[in-house]
Amino acid sequence: MNNKSELKGPTASRRGLILGTATAFALSAFSQIGFPSAAHADDVNTTGLAVTEDTVKVGILHSVTGTMAISETGSVQAEKLAIEQINAMGGVLGRQIEYTQEDGASDWPTFAEKAKKLLVNDKVAAVFGCWTSASRKAVLPVFEQYNGMLYYPTFYEGLEQSPNVIYTGQEATQQIIAGIDWVAKEKGAKSFYLLGSDYIWPRTSNKIARKHIEKLGLKVVGEEYYPLGHTQFNSVINKIKLKKPDVIYAIVVGGSNVAFYKQLKAAGIDMTKEKPVLLTISVTEDEIRGIGGENITGAYAAMKYFQSLDNPNNEAFVKAFKERWGDDIVIGDVTQAAYLGPWLWKAAVEKAGSFDIDKVRLASPGIELTTAPEGYVRVHENHHLWSKTRVGLAKPDGQYELVYETADLMEPDPFPEGYQ
Amino acid sequence: MTNGKFFLGRQELLGLAILAALIFIVLPASIDIFRLNLIGKYLTYAFVAIGLVLCWGMGGILSLGQGVFFGIGGYCMAMFLKLESSTPEATKIQSTPGIPDFMDWNQITELPWFWVPFNSLAFTLIAIFVLPAFFAFIIGAAMFKRRVGGVYFAIITQAIAAILTILIIGQQGYTGGVNGITDLRTLLGWDIRTDSAKYVLYFLNGALLIGVLIACQFVLKSKLGRLLVAVRDKEDRVRFSGYDVANFKIFVFCFAAVLSAIGGAMFTLQVGFMSPSFVGIVPSIEMVIYCAVGGRLSIFGAVYGTLLVNWAKTTFSETFPELWLFGLGALFIAVVLVFPNGLSGLYRTNVAPAVDRWLGRSSTSAKPPLEDPQAAE
Amino acid sequence: MFADYTWTELGSIFAMQGFAGLILFSVFVLMALGLAIIFGQMGVINMAHGEFMILGAYVTYLCSNFFQAFLPGLFSIYFFIAMALAFVAAGALGAFVEWALIRHLYKRPLDTLLATWGLSLIMQQAYRSIFGAREVGVTLPDWLLGSIALTDIIEIPINGLFVMALTLVIAVGVYFLMFKSRMGMQTRAVVQNRVMAGAVGINTEWVDRKTYALGCGIAGIAGSAFTMIGSTGPTAGQLYIVDTFLIVVFGGAASLLGTIASSFAISQAQSTMEFFLSGSMAKVLTLLTVVGILMLRPEGLFSHKIRR
Repeated sequence: MNNKSELKGPTASRRGLILGTATAFALSAFSQIGFPSAAHADDVNTTGLAVTEDTVKVGILHSVTGTMAISETGSVQAEKLAIEQINAMGGVLGRQIEYTQEDGASDWPTFAEKAKKLLVNDKVAAVFGCWTSASRKAVLPVFEQYNGMLYYPTFYEGLEQSPNVIYTGQEATQQIIAGIDWVAKEKGAKSFYLLGSDYIWPRTSNKIARKHIEKLGLKVVGEEYYPLGHTQFNSVINKIKLKKPDVIYAIVVGGSNVAFYKQLKAAGIDMTKEKPVLLTISVTEDEIRGIGGENITGAYAAMKYFQSLDNPNNEAFVKAFKERWGDDIVIGDVTQAAYLGPWLWKAAVEKAGSFDIDKVRLASPGIELTTAPEGYVRVHENHHLWSKTRVGLAKPDGQYELVYETADLMEPDPFPEGYQ
Repeated sequence: MTNGKFFLGRQELLGLAILAALIFIVLPASIDIFRLNLIGKYLTYAFVAIGLVLCWGMGGILSLGQGVFFGIGGYCMAMFLKLESSTPEATKIQSTPGIPDFMDWNQITELPWFWVPFNSLAFTLIAIFVLPAFFAFIIGAAMFKRRVGGVYFAIITQAIAAILTILIIGQQGYTGGVNGITDLRTLLGWDIRTDSAKYVLYFLNGALLIGVLIACQFVLKSKLGRLLVAVRDKEDRVRFSGYDVANFKIFVFCFAAVLSAIGGAMFTLQVGFMSPSFVGIVPSIEMVIYCAVGGRLSIFGAVYGTLLVNWAKTTFSETFPELWLFGLGALFIAVVLVFPNGLSGLYRTNVAPAVDRWLGRSSTSAKPPLEDPQAAE
Repeated sequence: MFADYTWTELGSIFAMQGFAGLILFSVFVLMALGLAIIFGQMGVINMAHGEFMILGAYVTYLCSNFFQAFLPGLFSIYFFIAMALAFVAAGALGAFVEWALIRHLYKRPLDTLLATWGLSLIMQQAYRSIFGAREVGVTLPDWLLGSIALTDIIEIPINGLFVMALTLVIAVGVYFLMFKSRMGMQTRAVVQNRVMAGAVGINTEWVDRKTYALGCGIAGIAGSAFTMIGSTGPTAGQLYIVDTFLIVVFGGAASLLGTIASSFAISQAQSTMEFFLSGSMAKVLTLLTVVGILMLRPEGLFSHKIRR
């Protein structure tokens, strides 16, 4: 694994940073061949973070208990794996990473509390964590007040751009627009039925989807939301049958997913016949385990990563992940995005030549990873990642088969003009 | 127990003094502002627990929907703070400046009518008292006048908590949805996120709590309080004595609702946001356990119970997240099976006689007339 | 919204929607029957009812794995065995819980609420520790999947039919057990007058235990059936608890017939409203209507005798 610190990035022109950047480059070269860092702790850390001569402390903040623990486990595993790999390569600026893990317990004030504890008491140099939008919204003021750095892995609704957060998942437009373009072009879809769980991400995403569908001159024939955890979808399935859309655009999450796909299948909507096509942005390989591969075979998902991606980075990543966490594990989009967090941070620290939050922030735009399992990614000025969007076809074994990927990286656009 | 004129006996005065010393002197002196802020947050739940002592312990009415009132208070305060931080200047990047950010994201172009009055702090403060009392009155009047019993009341209040949660989440354009109302900054220009503000809010919270305890003690020592206990133990006899039982129950339910709302408002101020996860069924039932651990008959016990459970929750979930739910579950069972009088029961049997001797009174006269919780229901 | 459709299409859709309502009805009856026995007959508020259901679901999950691995030839009928085992497992646990916990609390119904809530937390964490926090998928035999196509639009889901048939069998079974068998007679005797029942030689403690176990066992069967339509995760049980209690209370707690009638009313109301409104609002309106009616008529639809 090798990270390239981009020297031609937009921030490199800032005079004050050139020296630091150069040092970082030199240091990272050293550290990768195992030399201890020459830089004194006071030089790379002027703001009192928990950095010693040979260690640096970071935080991991996810739900280990409560309803969200289901989803967040993969992210924790990915972040730990990345940290262990970085340590094995010599650490960051010659320092081994130590992590403090806190449990958000699926409870938003607890997230805010623990974030504050990590920043104020533990003085961590970065935090990898949060999963739901609600937890991110709860910790955001804490990170801005105490000037911390959060690496947030989930694909989410956008409408946010904080100087204290790096968003390693896709924001809504990246995921949605490419998917809808694809289904309109390849499947000749003319009409869409939008469906989601009732909270901010599905609602905002469907809003963007609706605007884009209408822009393409196509039609939305229905839009509906069910409470989180709802398990009876027969009525909406009847409505879908009545409206006969070409595409069911489903953003159902959590336990509802299982009920929805099982009932869809039982009601005679066979997704493999593609009448209608089912396109989702909420079902990763993780969710398929609960749904059962045979219940969702034939559905399409639009996201940036599938475990089955065929490239050397991903092969190495999947192999390492399984070695560390067990053979029967599956890796979804968010897990991969969580894995990017520590690597992006490492690259930014080495580019900045310092652990100081402000310097890391300045160094972050333009950071690129050529070793990401999903392929090449780059940090945009708006702190989101440039990344490709892919469409996968669900197979009975619970994996996606890649059927399409965008030719270029999709630009992240958290405040999309004309979509609000 | 009272010395005739004054509603605070020596026991109560001593209890108040110890609690005040703990809240105002011991805790601030011994822990940092981060932990103190946490304690402040726990103490806001204590308002709810005290309300539950009144309506459950004393009145025999178990409400599983106190989160609803906590939420009403919290949301009122959050709406005011959100409007204050959503000035046209602060929100000029939005397509409609001057409205809360989440409304703008949901294509709402005008402040909804029910948000408008919350521009005024005076209205907000009044609403925090009036709204919960109003809703509690409607629920209470409908149910107690028809003599709906404890179990039914519990289930219906629980359903109301579920409904309100779904409603708040579903109407995200007006309520902020599942994320809640976040990023609250100032109160009348005063930055509530700073450490000094946190201290001030903590002490304000503590003072309110002491005030509420005194008010509750007044209610309990009045004729009303004694009637409540009588209603709990033998409702029919009170009715046959010519009292309208329903009115007492409605009053105490409204009173508890207002206390919860005060707690909710203080919660928003200290935590900096409000979300539907404090309204639903799970938090509502957890609030009952605070009260039960403290001893459902003691308003002081409720405060200590709240602090103890939350402290345990924070500590255990940090060190043994796996074990915490087992612990909490076992606590529910233990408090019912093994020590139904909770902390205050332990205090009363083990400590109180000694205290009484120390206060120089004969312990026989100090027995409050409300021992047996088994008689509830 | 109907202008563009032919009468046949509309007819088919209404037929389908009626069927959807019937499935929902069956689901509600399955959920509520066990609770109606425990709450209505014994006055115990079992907040862990959802967790007993999930126990049945996990038993089904284990069974499906076992049959896939060791007895693939019998896989097509494993579901019946799984349901029987779910009944036994949930019933046995129920009997144990009654012995350890509930029997101390018969005079304090509100305390049973707290204690069983604690029990539900413990069970949830136990599921999480044993089966993992993730939801598990239960593989169904092929004949339970798919649907029978009557016309182009009308397709009858087989698992829906199965749930309806199962509900019928269980409801009839409970009816006979409670009203025609010796055990039922004893149970009702104990409910009506514990002291007298004891005096005529009924072992009231044993009757209590059997009744509680029966309620839990039915919950187990319900959970087993739900693996066909819903999810199986440690916290899935909590989703059902409010609905279930409202159904039982709405029906009039002491009346099993009332539970069935209220399941029917609530399921039809909800599925009709879901068709005309968006999902969340339909749910809110249904719950509000039920709560509203309960405020006006607290004894529920079918009962006049309980006013506690």
